[in-house]
Amino acid sequence: MNDIALKDVSVLRGTVLALTEISGIFSSGSLTAILGPNGAGKTTLLDTLAGRLQPATGVIAGLPSPPNTSYLQQVPQLDLRVPVTVLDFVAMGAWRMHGAFRDIERQALESALDALRTVGLLDLQLRTLDELSSGQLQRARFAQLIQQQSQLILLDEPFNAIDEETTAMLTSLIARWHADSRTIIVVLHDRELARALCPHALVLDRQVISWGPTEQSLAAHRWRHVA
Amino acid sequence: MTDLLAPFGEYLFLRRALVGSSVLAASMAPLGTLLILRRMSLVGDAMAHAVLPGAVAGFLLAGLSIWAMALGGFIAAISVALLATLVAQRTREQEDSSFAAIYLISLAIGVMGVAASGGRVDLAHLLFGSVLAVDDQGLLLAATVATSTWLALAWLYRPLVLATLQADFFDGTATATIVRVAFTVLVVMNLVAGFQILGTLMAVGLLILPAAAARQWATRLEPLILLAVLIGVASALIGLTMSIQTDLPSGPAIVLCAGSAYLISILAGRNRIRIRRS
Repeated sequence: MNDIALKDVSVLRGTVLALTEISGIFSSGSLTAILGPNGAGKTTLLDTLAGRLQPATGVIAGLPSPPNTSYLQQVPQLDLRVPVTVLDFVAMGAWRMHGAFRDIERQALESALDALRTVGLLDLQLRTLDELSSGQLQRARFAQLIQQQSQLILLDEPFNAIDEETTAMLTSLIARWHADSRTIIVVLHDRELARALCPHALVLDRQVISWGPTEQSLAAHRWRHVA
Repeated sequence: MTDLLAPFGEYLFLRRALVGSSVLAASMAPLGTLLILRRMSLVGDAMAHAVLPGAVAGFLLAGLSIWAMALGGFIAAISVALLATLVAQRTREQEDSSFAAIYLISLAIGVMGVAASGGRVDLAHLLFGSVLAVDDQGLLLAATVATSTWLALAWLYRPLVLATLQADFFDGTATATIVRVAFTVLVVMNLVAGFQILGTLMAVGLLILPAAAARQWATRLEPLILLAVLIGVASALIGLTMSIQTDLPSGPAIVLCAGSAYLISILAGRNRIRIRRS
């Protein structure tokens, strides 16, 4: 995968300018935390990198094609009244490989079971999603990300309201993706977690406040207080 | 029991009505289940009403040909669905209001068409159906639609369920459009096949009621669909039998049976209405 280079990228959210002239590089294989106050444009930046919003001005070079991007949105856009099993949910993460209308291949099914084993949900594979706790649901969503095997992984506050054990498991998973040279961008609000997990940090408040090695980036104190 | 069923052995038109309505029920139930899960019950209702002007146009152009009326109805309902979706996308209007607005226009055009035909079109038949007048062509239409529906669902099922679970799952890919369009086409096909048997006003009955009833009992999707099919087919059988014994119109009788199943289900099912003791 290439480096992702942003040059003077401005993005509108409705009629509001949510991001102003963002320039910088997410290197290939880097693990970057995005921090900043509410309304700083963190989610807008992920939406843009995921191709769901187009920059109003500026260019982004080096983005992988959508099939090679995984995006874990902050609020799961799931209608849990629809009874789908955990295994089906995770297995379909690989739909781009075997096609949406085809039967799920044996190989994809086996990798889905592996993914479930990794997040500790193997025993719950035949439960429906509405039968999971919020921590378990988050693990299932991560298992779907494992199944997608994307080169670029975008995570929006993945540890919000998640129990400690699950957080520990998912952070080690992110570390493993990092070791595997995937490019990972994760919005966090916990500075300690950012320090512990991410070599790089981008502090955002509608524009770039600081962007670089985490320690230096977080030391820049021009940004408003972050909860 | 045998006495109740005896008329079916005696009269060919009753057997036709029974086969036509059960085949339709079996085809509509799985679609209805997904329609409800997609929160589109009223959109289905709107599309059913939209069939009317097309069916009238088909009749005025080609006479009493079930195929011409079906084709007309299909084109009219698909156009309404397309227009309503387009309006919702281009303006800030919600889809439910754009559907309501455009199906009303379509319905009004249909009634105008009936009036302009100078009594050649029987509005009551179009609105309420004439299940006892189903002929071989009508049966063939229902059977063709039901067969294509089940085959298409086998192909569409997995992505359709996933897009229902997570609306943006296939976002930005052709799959998203294919799933959406194919599902709409299936619903409209079934409504069109249903209008002769149940009428444009009642066709939604076998789409929504059995599925809504089954949802009160089943938690998994496959049992839910099977139960909906059973309730739909049973409603067709019991409704027809009742209508013969009591000499009441059969379309509403079938819908009332499905409606009773629904009422019983919300009173006795898994999520039954509980009256709190205070």
